[in-house]
Amino acid sequence: MSRWDSDFVYAFKRSPVACVSAGVVCLLVLAAVFAPWIAPLNPFDMAALNLMNGFTPPLAPNAFTGETFLLGTDDQGRDLFSAILYGLRVSLFVGFAAVALAMFLGVFLGLLAGYRGGWVDTLIMRMADVQVTFPSILIAMLIYGVAQGLIAPDNRGDLAIGVLILSIGLSEWVQFARTVRGTTLVEKEKEYVQAARLMGLNPLAVMVRHILPNVTTPVLVIATITLALAIIAEATLSFLGVGAPPTEPSLGTLIRIGQDFLFSGEWWILLFPALTLLLLALSVNLLGDWLRDTLNPRLK
Amino acid sequence: MIYTLFQRVIQACFVLLLVALVAFSMFRFVGDPVQGMLGQEATSADREALRERLGLTDPIVLQYARFVLNAVQGEFGVSYRTGESVADMISQRLPATLELALISGTFALLLGIGLGVFTAIRREGFVAQSIMATSLVGVSLPTFLIGVLLIWVFAVELSWLPSFGRSGVVDLGGWSTSLLTVDGWRSLILPAITLGLYQMTLIMRLVRAEMLEVLRQDYIKFARARGISTRRIHFKHALKNTLIPVITVAGLQIGSIIAFSIITETVFQWPGVGLMFINAVYFVDIPVMSAYLLLVGVVFVSINLAVDLLYLVIDPRLKANASEGHS
Amino acid sequence: MSLLSVQGLRVEFPTRRGVLTALDGVSFDLDRGEILGLVGESGAGKSMTGAAIMGLIEPPGHMAGGQITLEGQRIDQHPERYRGSHIGMVFQDPLTSLNPLQRIGDQLMETLKIHHGLDDATAKRRAMQALDEVGIEGKRWDHYPHEFSGGMRQRVVIALALASDPKVLVADEPTTALDVSIQAQILALLKQLCHDRGTGIVLITHDMGVIAQTTDRVAVMYLGRLVELGATDQVIHQATHPYTQGLMASTPTLAGSVDQDLFQIPGAMPRLDAVPAGCAFHPRCDRAMPQCKTHAPEFDGRRACFWSES
Repeated sequence: MSRWDSDFVYAFKRSPVACVSAGVVCLLVLAAVFAPWIAPLNPFDMAALNLMNGFTPPLAPNAFTGETFLLGTDDQGRDLFSAILYGLRVSLFVGFAAVALAMFLGVFLGLLAGYRGGWVDTLIMRMADVQVTFPSILIAMLIYGVAQGLIAPDNRGDLAIGVLILSIGLSEWVQFARTVRGTTLVEKEKEYVQAARLMGLNPLAVMVRHILPNVTTPVLVIATITLALAIIAEATLSFLGVGAPPTEPSLGTLIRIGQDFLFSGEWWILLFPALTLLLLALSVNLLGDWLRDTLNPRLK
Repeated sequence: MIYTLFQRVIQACFVLLLVALVAFSMFRFVGDPVQGMLGQEATSADREALRERLGLTDPIVLQYARFVLNAVQGEFGVSYRTGESVADMISQRLPATLELALISGTFALLLGIGLGVFTAIRREGFVAQSIMATSLVGVSLPTFLIGVLLIWVFAVELSWLPSFGRSGVVDLGGWSTSLLTVDGWRSLILPAITLGLYQMTLIMRLVRAEMLEVLRQDYIKFARARGISTRRIHFKHALKNTLIPVITVAGLQIGSIIAFSIITETVFQWPGVGLMFINAVYFVDIPVMSAYLLLVGVVFVSINLAVDLLYLVIDPRLKANASEGHS
Repeated sequence: MSLLSVQGLRVEFPTRRGVLTALDGVSFDLDRGEILGLVGESGAGKSMTGAAIMGLIEPPGHMAGGQITLEGQRIDQHPERYRGSHIGMVFQDPLTSLNPLQRIGDQLMETLKIHHGLDDATAKRRAMQALDEVGIEGKRWDHYPHEFSGGMRQRVVIALALASDPKVLVADEPTTALDVSIQAQILALLKQLCHDRGTGIVLITHDMGVIAQTTDRVAVMYLGRLVELGATDQVIHQATHPYTQGLMASTPTLAGSVDQDLFQIPGAMPRLDAVPAGCAFHPRCDRAMPQCKTHAPEFDGRRACFWSES
């Protein structure tokens, strides 16, 4: 196992694409995690906002207050740099959480389907087939709508982020499930499972111990690719107004706000959140692609 | 062959009924229609009466059956938000979406296949390599961002094209089209590119991969050995074999175009069923959401079915298997 | 004048680790109506030689030296002019050699029309004739490749390759993918067709049985070089190169006793990036002499070796 590890590390070091994209992702994650400390201002502290600061272009002192902002301000005088850092936080949080949900749900269902077989398997796989007929973004929107419908209007704002994570997570479990189910079916036929049963051990526990190492690599690849999809899905939903609310905006929400100001010439309100999102999505995508190319041949 | 056809159709119906079940559950159990219709002041007696009238006290299965029957006849209930008949809303807005989908789909298909073949034949060339690199960025760009950036460049900065809305509409007795006027086309360009760009990138990469795979095959080598010209090999032999798997994916892509039209319509405020849907989600307008789900379900299932059957017809190997009863 | 003449053929492959020589100084002639076998282990360069004759070497490999002439005319500089019309090629796997989406009749007609500019009706007639010659019923004209058995498919392939009357046919392992019983049929068909038309065949194979049955002369290859060339009977029964002798000895026969151990040439053919100095075969040769380690023996038209029987 350690030789495999060092082969992987070696390949990683040799690929500029992998190193750069991993570096960018790390940088963005760190920026998001430490946002409260890095951000010069808390963009959501109503008291600290000065409307007069509104519409300041980047790096130029404001006409009224003389304050300078790294990336400018929006219509309410919020420092864009801080807003982006906090927005990055929301985007990444939702992204990771959604993938985690999809992964655990998918792995669990895959194990269940593979191990139990029979009608359980058929049911789960049919559900997967039907779900996969539809684009996941549509599924996410539907789940969001239904969840909102089930929550009383007063609570909707607070739970918006949770609902967002739920909808994206539930729309992406299928690939995990299918992969894990495949491996489970293979392992189920092996002799150690029967041996375990004969010895009175719980065959499932034994199988899981054997399945998990086999399944780690493909699950990791799928997770990275799903992360990119989740980030884009979250941004899309927030942009459309059915995601992160303006009170707790993600990069997508910020872009929506920015679009409104294009015509009046305050281009920075759109550009910087957009660039950040693009950078994030691109690096995660590249990393995922590289992972898939590097890890997959070894599986065969 | 007929047997396979029959099987597939049955499967499709099954999936549709499942989708209808989900739509029905949403419709029936999420939110309270009675509340929405009567408001806060109504008495419980009024509510009960309304419940009876709406058939909400009947057994669930009966309600489901009624729901499906209504849907098949085009009766989807009434919007919680506007009180309009959902069926009317849909029929009003469908042409806009369909035209957008058609134009962008054609764009994606033609350009995608063209670029795919080009980058496969000339894979080492600089142009091909740059196209591939750009396509990678394209896959990471969310559709809405493409739309916003296009608006910025072409509508705001250059003022060449309108930034939102659908203009130049001509009413053809039930079908409103924007394809007959210059204005109409101008307002269509940016949304069509936005919607089609992602699909185009996908198709291009797929065509390229398939074509490279085909060109590696022995029968291509044999054709060269028989002295058939490179051009003929590329365009007559390789292309046909490449396009078969591409058709499947392309067909399925039509479905996702319809879904992604939601995003594009929102960015450009294009008055189609996608915009209608997103507003419904925002305002928790259940009947509209559920009707949209049904609509989209029918579209997707039919497309999948059509592509399956098309595949059976085109690939002689599958046809042989099917008639021997191997499926 | 011989029909096909290969002289000093050299094929090189540039790689990251340097230039690999896949073929080094291969020379032989082929006469009208003659069947020449090209035999050797996997990787010895037989297929590469066939590909070179057709001008179908996969880049970055390329012909780096020597020349190939057909009836006195050089063909290696513009192989595309001669492919199909003057030289035909048949590959190993008949299933993958045929376009699965095209009916065989159409494939035949296409070849004929391209090379002879015939109209549809004439092309169709000639195509049906070609099918007839290889023993396929005319009415299977509009069938697809997957509707034929392996042996019939190979017949179609042969019909296609011979459709435009090439003077030379390169057959690369034409029977390896077929059942033994079908093998004999196909080889007989090849022999008969070439006898009737006077086509010269270069038959590439690793199977000595095929060589013995079919070829008039045989060339033995090792690591991209010819080591022996001569009449089939003679090479088989009176091989003069240690490698050839080893090959013959390691072929199981019904004649030997059951208890006899199978003979094996020790070691394995080295890879192209580890070609031994001097004679390429010397590390495995039990008759190696000091000069074999330092000097590569020249191929004199019959063998390339310093050792001799006498």
